[in-house]
Amino acid sequence: MATGQDEGASPFNIHPMDQFQIKPLFGGTEIHWYTPTNVTLWLFLTVAVISFLLVFLSRGRAAVPSRGQSMAEMTYGFVRKMVEDVAGKEGLKYFPYIMTLFTFILFANLLGLLPYSFTTTSHIAVTGVLALAVFLTVTAIGFVKHGAGFLKLFWVASAPTLALRLVLAMIELISYFVRPVSHSIRLGGNLMAGHAVIKVFAGFAGALGVGAVVPIFAIVGVYGLELLVACIQAYVFTILTCVYLNDALHPGH
Amino acid sequence: MATTTEAANGAADAAPGMPQLDFSTFPNQIFWLVVALVALYLILSRVALPRIGAVLSDRHETISNDLEQAQELKQRAEEAEEAYKTALADARAEAQRIAADARAEIQKDLDKAIAKADAEIAAKSAESEKRIAEIRDSAADDVAIVAKDVAAALVGAVLPSASNDADIASAVTDRTKG
Amino acid sequence: MEGDIAAMGQYIGAGLACIGMGGAGIGVGHVAGNFLSGALRNPAAAGEQTATLFIGIAFAEALGIFSFLVALLLMFAV
Repeated sequence: MATGQDEGASPFNIHPMDQFQIKPLFGGTEIHWYTPTNVTLWLFLTVAVISFLLVFLSRGRAAVPSRGQSMAEMTYGFVRKMVEDVAGKEGLKYFPYIMTLFTFILFANLLGLLPYSFTTTSHIAVTGVLALAVFLTVTAIGFVKHGAGFLKLFWVASAPTLALRLVLAMIELISYFVRPVSHSIRLGGNLMAGHAVIKVFAGFAGALGVGAVVPIFAIVGVYGLELLVACIQAYVFTILTCVYLNDALHPGH
Repeated sequence: MATTTEAANGAADAAPGMPQLDFSTFPNQIFWLVVALVALYLILSRVALPRIGAVLSDRHETISNDLEQAQELKQRAEEAEEAYKTALADARAEAQRIAADARAEIQKDLDKAIAKADAEIAAKSAESEKRIAEIRDSAADDVAIVAKDVAAALVGAVLPSASNDADIASAVTDRTKG
Repeated sequence: MEGDIAAMGQYIGAGLACIGMGGAGIGVGHVAGNFLSGALRNPAAAGEQTATLFIGIAFAEALGIFSFLVALLLMFAV
């Protein structure tokens, strides 16, 4: 609603999209490609939290782990098992890459749930880069490993007739190129939707006065759901990466 | 609703209501995202993951070593138990053998003592019998003498003229024999 | 006046786009329900298939997110 007029006519003064504003960190209005913004701040906070968990807490290298070291080891074991189960032994070569993606998305989502924080993964630019990186990497791995044989991925040899195979090849090709789109919009959209819903309920709470108890309870419920969504979306993004990687490592149906 | 962005900053005037679609901020986001991702990747792949992997494999090794050791100790304990059992069985067999020996020896001694006692008893009884026979013989002789004396006395009292010691003696001997 | 009609169209379109989310809800419910009935029949095999469950839910949900995105675009970006 770029042409929006009559603002303030409604008692509900809700701006669910304001929380996604990108602002320069140190004043000013111009956003150049190098300007440190709130995106920068929260990206690096994410990196710092992950480093704290995986580097600082595991510094003891104890045979009997402390609580923090256990957390680091469980995260490690969880992702490693996921890569091994879905993409096979060959996939373990790309384990650090997938671990990076998983921890980054998970902690970006979780940090985004803190009040007054900024959710980096709710921006299409961020998730788009993540999904495109996966798409390009996986395609490159497929062509490097199998050369033209990677194209067998699109050729359903088990289909009965040639015409059907051609149709299926078209569908497979299209679905292959839609992958990064759905991959990125699923993550970004989920987070954006959740945060917007929380903000809408918060707007109700602000407008209702004493009756605000109801939306506040609703916010608590939605917040719990968002916590779940934050973890599940990180898991889904990672496991889909593993599935795509598996396609690249073992093309052909 | 889009008008609220005007308050935020002047640059947002051109931007639509959704900050996600404000393409002017894309280069900035992408640049910082790539920096953050590369930093995270380097931290994870250089420091964190090798360390955690090493800790996990160390632990795995330690555990399997410990398990092996425990298995060995268990085997040793089983062997010790086996040795103990054989020793026990040996000892029991030995004890039984000793007991049997002792019993046999005692039996032998006993038999010997019984035999000796039997022999002594037999000798004593033979002697006793001999003595009894002697006593009986002497008693019989005495009886004969007494009988002859009595008979002689009787005959002497009744028929003093007819007393002939020899006849009386033979008559008494005949009667007492009968 | 023209702007009002355009705004009305935006709101109506956004509302209509939200119907798509119901479809995603049906889809996700279908996936989860079928998984549950299968899992109750053969609980031993259920554990290994949770990853497949989440992938299925993610695909079903993505389409709902697309319709939500269309609604947002109509509201804020058109």
